[in-house]
Amino acid sequence: MSTLARKKGVGAVIWDYLTTVDHKKIAILYLIAGGVFFLLGGLEAMIIRIQLAVPNNDFISAGFYNEVLTMHGTTMIFLAAMPLVFAMMNAVVPIQIGARDVAFPFLNSLGFWLFFFGGVFLNLSWFLGGAPDAGWTSYASLSLASPTHGIDFYVLGLQISGLGTLIGGINFLVTIINMRAPGMTYMRMPMFTWATFVTSALILFAFPPLTVGLIFMMMDRLFGGNFFDPALGGNTIIWEHLFWIFGHPEVYILVLPAFGIFSEIFATFSRKRLFGYSSMVFATVLIGFLGFMVWAHHMFTVGMGPIANAIFAVATMAIAVPTGIKIFNWLFTMWGGSIRFTTPMMYAVAFIPSFVIGGVTGVMNATAAADYQYHDSYFVVAHFHYVIVGGVVFALLAGAHYWWPKMFGKMLDEKLGKVTFWLFFIGFHLTFFIQHFLGLMGMPRRVFTFLPGQGFETGNMISTVGAFFMAAGTVVLLANVVITTVKGKRVGNDPWEDGRTLEWAVSSPAPEYNFAQTPLVRGLDAYWIEKMEGKKGLTPAEPLGDIHMPNPSILPFVISLGLFVSAFGFLFHQDHAWGTPVGVFGLIITLGAMFFRSIIDDHGFHIHKEEVMEAEKKGAGA
Amino acid sequence: MANHTHVQNPKVDVQYRRKKNAEEMKHQIVSFTLMIFLTLIAFFAVGYEGFSAWFSVPFILLLAVVQVIFQLYYFMHMSHKGHELPALFIYGGVVVAFVTIWAFLTVVWI
Ligand code: HEM
Ligand SMILES: [Cu+2]
Repeated sequence: MSTLARKKGVGAVIWDYLTTVDHKKIAILYLIAGGVFFLLGGLEAMIIRIQLAVPNNDFISAGFYNEVLTMHGTTMIFLAAMPLVFAMMNAVVPIQIGARDVAFPFLNSLGFWLFFFGGVFLNLSWFLGGAPDAGWTSYASLSLASPTHGIDFYVLGLQISGLGTLIGGINFLVTIINMRAPGMTYMRMPMFTWATFVTSALILFAFPPLTVGLIFMMMDRLFGGNFFDPALGGNTIIWEHLFWIFGHPEVYILVLPAFGIFSEIFATFSRKRLFGYSSMVFATVLIGFLGFMVWAHHMFTVGMGPIANAIFAVATMAIAVPTGIKIFNWLFTMWGGSIRFTTPMMYAVAFIPSFVIGGVTGVMNATAAADYQYHDSYFVVAHFHYVIVGGVVFALLAGAHYWWPKMFGKMLDEKLGKVTFWLFFIGFHLTFFIQHFLGLMGMPRRVFTFLPGQGFETGNMISTVGAFFMAAGTVVLLANVVITTVKGKRVGNDPWEDGRTLEWAVSSPAPEYNFAQTPLVRGLDAYWIEKMEGKKGLTPAEPLGDIHMPNPSILPFVISLGLFVSAFGFLFHQDHAWGTPVGVFGLIITLGAMFFRSIIDDHGFHIHKEEVMEAEKKGAGA
Repeated sequence: MANHTHVQNPKVDVQYRRKKNAEEMKHQIVSFTLMIFLTLIAFFAVGYEGFSAWFSVPFILLLAVVQVIFQLYYFMHMSHKGHELPALFIYGGVVVAFVTIWAFLTVVWI
């Protein structure tokens, strides 16, 4: 029954991935899908930058610019950054806590396929009458007036993929609460696991407001509702509140895992325990909590009045305190460590000044009175790219290099990795640093071109050149992936040699069942402790025995496909007679698949002790 | 996949568990009676002419909160050991939702 180390044809591999419930394979699916969307979002960014390279440019039209801009932002946040974060969490967290899988493997697969079909649905808008064009925030006053179906694709696509995210978040919460190995107390969890835990809690609380907002918007656009239309007694500001009650926690959903990734990297390559571990945990939880109290800082200019503005300004600035704690802890982790400048470590070191710049401009934006000047200018664009690219994207690139051997069993080439790093690092600062000044000089955001003679030419040209550097860095990274896949050598358990956490104690990639015997965790940095005592492996917490595994299933794919079909039907139900029937048909597919899931008794299967022993002998590098 | 949730107690515990269960049953019946009673009061508060809406609406809300607590603690066993984390998340969610609504009512006004 087990699929251990068996050669398979292409069809079988595809079927394997369509039906897999293994967190390690789902991580690869997230990585590929998120990676493709990242390239797509990057392509859109390049189109934007080419259009803005010179004044009065007509590379693309104004209307198309709005679509590209909206799809760039939406794709990058929901379809690239989020799934790539989930890729890292799936690849690492279950192994870091000494578990054999997540708590609900079936739901894990369902979460992925919902995200995937939501993303594909959103992008099909390009071919079906036009993409959404009201910005990634899709403010109701704009989006209700949008003539194409673009906004409807946005609403339904994000609804489907958001469902997947919510499911994924709940899954990780339950996994971390229930599946930790013996001895893995909360205060012994690796920092990335802690970050995943808090992030999942944020997902749990932040996504429902988005869901509600999207339902309102769907009602207004497709079913004759009027939640947001003032002419009919609605209120257009409600969307803004709902969106940002979700939207601000969302930025922490992205950046907390980034902090977690860097915490692992700093400790590993400084060969030191993370400085101030408990204050790191405290800061992470506090950031997560405060993240819910500040949403209105995106709406200072809406006219909430001075009292509201002042309160939200102060609350926002408070978040700088736990963030500062983290920055100092990372610096002190490096202090006195024996540092190795591997590719992941270079990203980590570069992250600190980049992110601090983004944090400082964040506090500037939070100063409500001053924000009247910055709002909707390129200053804001510079700010959020400093935190998002300098924080999240750097972390994802660092994490990809760091855990690549654990995911694929081969090391990415370090030389090419460093080339990518330098191209990306230089390109990033070239592109976005100058935008601070463009913004202060008055260049508005979300405008498709600018006039000559206003002092914007040089800055925009520099910014575009920088974007090409980042594109070049990405191309080198892709080449690196191809070269590594074709020519790379297999590596052992602990290819960086300084691994501290449990994932480095199992073979690369980890066997299907992760741990032949559940390990006993004897402290923070469990693997490091064993290594320091001269042991090769972990201390087992159970005798070797048969391992129970969940069966693969195609149902998650079918459930998601049903919603995808249904969304098409309802989207066109006002234009075509087939709309409603197709919509209902899709729902029947989804509900039918859920019905089958409920009535089929699925007990999973066992990998027998002998098979495990054989696989361990073959697979383990140590 | 996990089957570690319920380990059957050995026979010696039977006596003790009986007593425990009986006690719990008593609590459930008491709180069930109270809940029905509270519901009746709620109906009464709405029906009675002498109370204005300014009194009865907050009053009913208060009764509702009490009912939720009964429900969680006596029927969904939140008072038992091992429910600390669900409690933390529920109260966390309540605090976040409360602060958000409170902010709307006091400073934002939409
Ligand atoms: C990597 C190179 C990138 C470049 C060159 C780039 C460039 C741009 C540009 C030129 C804009 C338009 C600003 C405007 O007209 O207002 C923009 C907007 C935006 N970008 Fe990026 N970006 C990049 C990466 C990212 C990433 C990684 C993310 C998120 C994970 C991101 C999120 C956004 C968002 C949310 C917007 C706002 C869209 C909107 O106004 O609706 N960007 N970007
Ligand atoms: Cu914010």
